[in-house]
Amino acid sequence: MNRRRFLQQLASWLVSLGGVGAIAGRQSATASVPEHPETKRFGMAIDVDKCIGCARCMEACKTENAVPPEPFFFRTWVERYVIKEDGEAVVSSLGAPTGQHMEVAEEKDRLRSFFVPKLCNQCEHPPCVQVCPVRATFKTPEGVVLVDSTRCIGCRYCIQACPYGARYLHPETKTADKCTFCYQRVTKELLPACVEVCPTQARIFGDTSTPASPLERVRRMNKIHVLKAHLNTDPKVIYANLDGEVR
Amino acid sequence: MMAETVERLSEVAKQVTGYVYPNDVEVQWSILIVLYPYLTGLVAGAFILASLVKVFNVKAVEPTYRLALLTALAFLLVAPIPLQAHLGHPERAFWIFLAPNPTSAMAMFGFVYAWYLMVVLLLEIWFVYRKDMVLYARQTRAPLRWVYKVLSLFSRDVSEPALQFDKKMVKGITIIGIPSAFLLHGYVGFIFGSVKANPWWSSVLMPIVFLFSAIVSGIALVLLLYMIITPTRGEKIDMPCLDTMASYLFYAVIVDFSLECLDFVHRLYESEESIKILSALVFNKLIVSLLVMQVLLGMIVPFLIMVIIKLWNIDEELRKLLYFVSAILIQVGIFSTRWNVVIGGQMFSKSFRGLTAYKMELGGIEGLFVAVAFLVLPFVVLWVLTKLLPPWGKPEEATAPAAS
Repeated sequence: MNRRRFLQQLASWLVSLGGVGAIAGRQSATASVPEHPETKRFGMAIDVDKCIGCARCMEACKTENAVPPEPFFFRTWVERYVIKEDGEAVVSSLGAPTGQHMEVAEEKDRLRSFFVPKLCNQCEHPPCVQVCPVRATFKTPEGVVLVDSTRCIGCRYCIQACPYGARYLHPETKTADKCTFCYQRVTKELLPACVEVCPTQARIFGDTSTPASPLERVRRMNKIHVLKAHLNTDPKVIYANLDGEVR
Repeated sequence: MMAETVERLSEVAKQVTGYVYPNDVEVQWSILIVLYPYLTGLVAGAFILASLVKVFNVKAVEPTYRLALLTALAFLLVAPIPLQAHLGHPERAFWIFLAPNPTSAMAMFGFVYAWYLMVVLLLEIWFVYRKDMVLYARQTRAPLRWVYKVLSLFSRDVSEPALQFDKKMVKGITIIGIPSAFLLHGYVGFIFGSVKANPWWSSVLMPIVFLFSAIVSGIALVLLLYMIITPTRGEKIDMPCLDTMASYLFYAVIVDFSLECLDFVHRLYESEESIKILSALVFNKLIVSLLVMQVLLGMIVPFLIMVIIKLWNIDEELRKLLYFVSAILIQVGIFSTRWNVVIGGQMFSKSFRGLTAYKMELGGIEGLFVAVAFLVLPFVVLWVLTKLLPPWGKPEEATAPAAS
């Protein structure tokens, strides 16, 4: 190898090493300083033991978000579980129509009963966002999954992909609709309507990135579970005192 | 619109059994979405039959080659219309092409479809018919003459080297076309198979089952068309051709049936959380469409008929009748397969605790009449195509030379 060639190769090595270093440096810089330090990460905890099944959250949600009043369209709903002596669960949803073959557990058969509020789980890995063909469903910097109703084509693939039954096709706009954590409120430092009206504080809303938030307190003080954990959607709606029968 | 939806859902709610999530009462994908995989399956199957001639050199089915290609085109042209009609906002569908979401299986539809239509089918048909179109352009009078000139893209060369080049191109395109046809229908299977929220759909076998059922339905359709069209044109049915087609149909049915059995056994053996609700689904909602129409009439009966034909020496006329009956049964079976996947997959709630119902309307855009119209439309398109580009006979024999 002559001197000229050696110097040429040395120069190219230095340039490439410099490039790698610059990229590595950039990465460590982004790791230590968040890009938007002010951005919150919203989440909700539901303390199942505190829910009394008053359904005020359902009512407040429909009013706040102009959800059709008919009992086929819900951004949030409350399920009532009755576990019978033989272990079988009888489930119904407050305010939703019951089918003709709906089983009702007799008083004497009841072992335990409880209410479970349900809503969009605001997944960290949302299947709805993954499947939307036109990116009408997206995740905000705060981690809230929203639907752009001016972009949605109404194909309903997201409704099929949601494991929690949290979405419906709005009968008037003909676009997909779901819980937004009351994004219009929470971005103005207000609480979601359902949280605001809950008389027993069964719903706790907050910022998961602030250790002092009430939400984080729930996480510290309780055994926590999420719905359908095996699907790896990583929900940001977490449940305290959840029964194993709840799906 | 709102009142109609609510009225329909109130009716459906009465038939709900067990507990369904309140938003799950409504079946979102209707009969129009059943049509889509059915129609694209016919496209893929017909194309694969055609490719037997060019790539695998199965000369016996040559008489159906051009008919199979035109059938594939006719059905492919109609396939996206029911999808479009089903959208809540059809006027926004162009966003799928302009701003597709790369992680969405559905967004890839535009590209898979465009590739298959433009690069595979239209190109192959153009090269197959180029010589004929040039000759038709010479032999017919205006305005038809101009139609052929435009269709042939003003090419005029029918010399031997040019025709050899056409042949080479056809072979090349068919070789690309086979994986493309697999992609077209395999991806439709993936749209369903990749929905992890739905245990009835979520299966790695779904694209493969879709593919083989597509091959079954496509071959059966071309066989039916060939058996109907040939006698009406006063010609004799080519029995070796029919026998070969039926043989391939038989093999495809065996593979398809084995795959579906594997899927069934696998689910039953694993007996996951969803097994209870899926059993309830099959035995309460899908007895007729799955057990009777799909499995018994659509699979077992045609399979037995073909076994009988293979084992015993049955005379020509009876054989024709048996092939015809089998092919019709297979069509009914494959349509039921699509129905059971699409509608069946939505009849249980993701609560895994209850079943809802599907109430098909008669009128309206998502109704039965529109669905039937979409099923008839490909045959109308095929009729126009066969008038324009007859898959039988040569132009020299077909048309008298024009005075000029």
